[in-house]
Amino acid sequence: MSVTNVVLAGLGGQGVIKASDILADAALRAGLDVKKSELHGMSQRGGSVTSDVRFGARVLSPMVPRGEADYLVVMAESEVEVARPLLREGGVLLSPDLIPDAELPNKRSLNVALLGALSLYLDLPTDALLSAVEAALPDRLHAVNERAFELGRRVASAEAGAATGRSHA
Amino acid sequence: MDRQLLSGDEAVALAALHVGVALGTGYPGTPSTEILEAFSELGGRAQWAPNEKVALEVGLGAAFGNARALVTMKHVGLNVAADPLFTAAYTGVNAALIVVTADDPGMASSQNEQDNRRYAVAAGLPMIEPSDSQEAYDFFFAAVEVSERWKIPVLFRMTTRVCHSKSVVRAGLDGPAAAPGIGSFPVPHFEHDIAGRVMIPANARPAHRRLRAKLAEIAAWGETSPLNRVEAGDRRLGIVASGVAYLHAAEAAPGAGFLKIGLVNPLPVELARTFAAGVERCVVVEEGDPVIADSLRAAGIAVESKPEMYRFGELDVARVSRILAGDGSPEPAPARGKPPELCPACPYHIVYATLRKHDCIAAGDIGCYTLGVLPPYEALDTCVAMGASIGVGLGLRHVLPPDEARRVVSVIGDSTFVHSGISGLVEMAYNPPPTGHVVLILDNGTTAMTGQQEHPGTGRTLDHGPTSKLSIEGVASAIGIGSVTVIDPYADPDGFERLLLERLAASELSVIVARRPCVLAAADIRKWESQAAGLRASAPEQAAADLPMGDR
Repeated sequence: MSVTNVVLAGLGGQGVIKASDILADAALRAGLDVKKSELHGMSQRGGSVTSDVRFGARVLSPMVPRGEADYLVVMAESEVEVARPLLREGGVLLSPDLIPDAELPNKRSLNVALLGALSLYLDLPTDALLSAVEAALPDRLHAVNERAFELGRRVASAEAGAATGRSHA
Repeated sequence: MDRQLLSGDEAVALAALHVGVALGTGYPGTPSTEILEAFSELGGRAQWAPNEKVALEVGLGAAFGNARALVTMKHVGLNVAADPLFTAAYTGVNAALIVVTADDPGMASSQNEQDNRRYAVAAGLPMIEPSDSQEAYDFFFAAVEVSERWKIPVLFRMTTRVCHSKSVVRAGLDGPAAAPGIGSFPVPHFEHDIAGRVMIPANARPAHRRLRAKLAEIAAWGETSPLNRVEAGDRRLGIVASGVAYLHAAEAAPGAGFLKIGLVNPLPVELARTFAAGVERCVVVEEGDPVIADSLRAAGIAVESKPEMYRFGELDVARVSRILAGDGSPEPAPARGKPPELCPACPYHIVYATLRKHDCIAAGDIGCYTLGVLPPYEALDTCVAMGASIGVGLGLRHVLPPDEARRVVSVIGDSTFVHSGISGLVEMAYNPPPTGHVVLILDNGTTAMTGQQEHPGTGRTLDHGPTSKLSIEGVASAIGIGSVTVIDPYADPDGFERLLLERLAASELSVIVARRPCVLAAADIRKWESQAAGLRASAPEQAAADLPMGDR
């Protein structure tokens, strides 16, 4: 299995790092080698944040090489163009406008909703992702985040179906 | 053993717990901060010191007392701790003393990108460098082994990527236990050793020779130590690398031969000589200064170093590929995202708006409040080192014409003031400028920039339990500052402006403590204060003695 490269991007406070923690934990639960990396510090103060997650049979560098992200998950509209050069040609961009605001059970669950959308594309068991979501959040937030995850998965499925002209099961 | 996903910082904390570190101490600094926090959460005894120098001295005392000690800091922290470090190399230790220096190539959150491998060479101390979290765990055991076998402090060098990246760790132990090569935990006790630890010249001269003899032994040991590893590969290219640069290189050049260096001082020079002789082309891939390349070349080993442009910033796979290709052409500019900024409800907004409005000359310092330099305020004129705002402000006051001098203000945060601002205030009282001076201490009740750590001025320990509380205004008064005022600039912006103008106009020494809790920390601070109040209710007499509550 080759290495899968995911970059998550957004602004400080949006849960970018939480989302990458969840994704990396899911890969660990799936028995894969995994590394994740980002810069903390100044970026906490509302500035741009990106976090790299790489998983596969064996991962070396913890950083996704620029322009080699297979998936780019962006949580702030303003960061889409900033982060786009990180994506490889033919890579999948998941941007925040994918998730309908009105259906999101809690605005703060956008990160988990986008993980739900991402889960449709990844070769990771959905169970591993959902277990990782639960492990990362307190009990009282489980239900709302599971709904957000399912929402993301559903809209991504519809989008992918529309894009390819076929429906997903 | 279970697989865990740990950051390098967390892996060091786990290893410290397993190896029986009796005391962990340090000062918060990105990217090292999480080590002691994780160590404390795991049940280890961890404490913040007022600064890195004190932390290292506390750690050294513990190691003299035959207890294993861990001291953590960011790279620039080692500058502060350098004084005891260099002589601790002479005294040596009884039980292990491991000093983590977390370098920040690329300056994700620092004021310079100094390469602290130079400190290992300058102080004459062994330095061990892991590449990822597994090595951070495993190499920590090796660091303890080296420290106790040769009775010498060991520098443990990490970098931002190694500290903060998470990767899979299989811990060698389930919990604190004796480990191979290390043995059981030392029992704290004291043995007099005046000649060994009292570094008057007569004792220090032989101590220096002892140190060099130890280093020679460690160098010989390092030639065959598993810390340094040769990976056979294609004879056409051999790569010498350490730290995270090794991982980038392994990805950039699969199939190349590698000399992966874990003991970066003293270097395994003969191992490198043999390795280099066995390949057609030998390239050193290292972040920061060409430390390894220069050392190997000085030993007469033909290695290629990187072009000068790669001294700056972090390496990654793409940059390592360019190094291997000898490509010195301009690199694509990195994406410019949104810069960080003061939090919307930060109490410092008013302070910077006022400084800007009155065209103050602001000698700044290190912390969140350094963000006052960015738009819209652009209200800081200098930022150099922890505590430097006061000395720099005084220097400006001494030499500028009076009308300019009266606009000079030193701006410093609460944790930074305790770290190294106090002696600046002593200087101010001792050598007052003719126009006086105004020091503005922004007291938000936490070490905000690094993630809201406690410090002596908060009255709480690392794990947020109550302890003695340093009074900033009390210290200022005791030092001899004539005018000391506490004000909440957020609650009373006009009053703050009036006060600042009044103190600038007076040719006196003034300290203004602008006090309001950090918005990010305020809820936690209230929680810990009510927990402390609960403790006081259950032990009122002790509380009266132990918990001066300040003036809020």
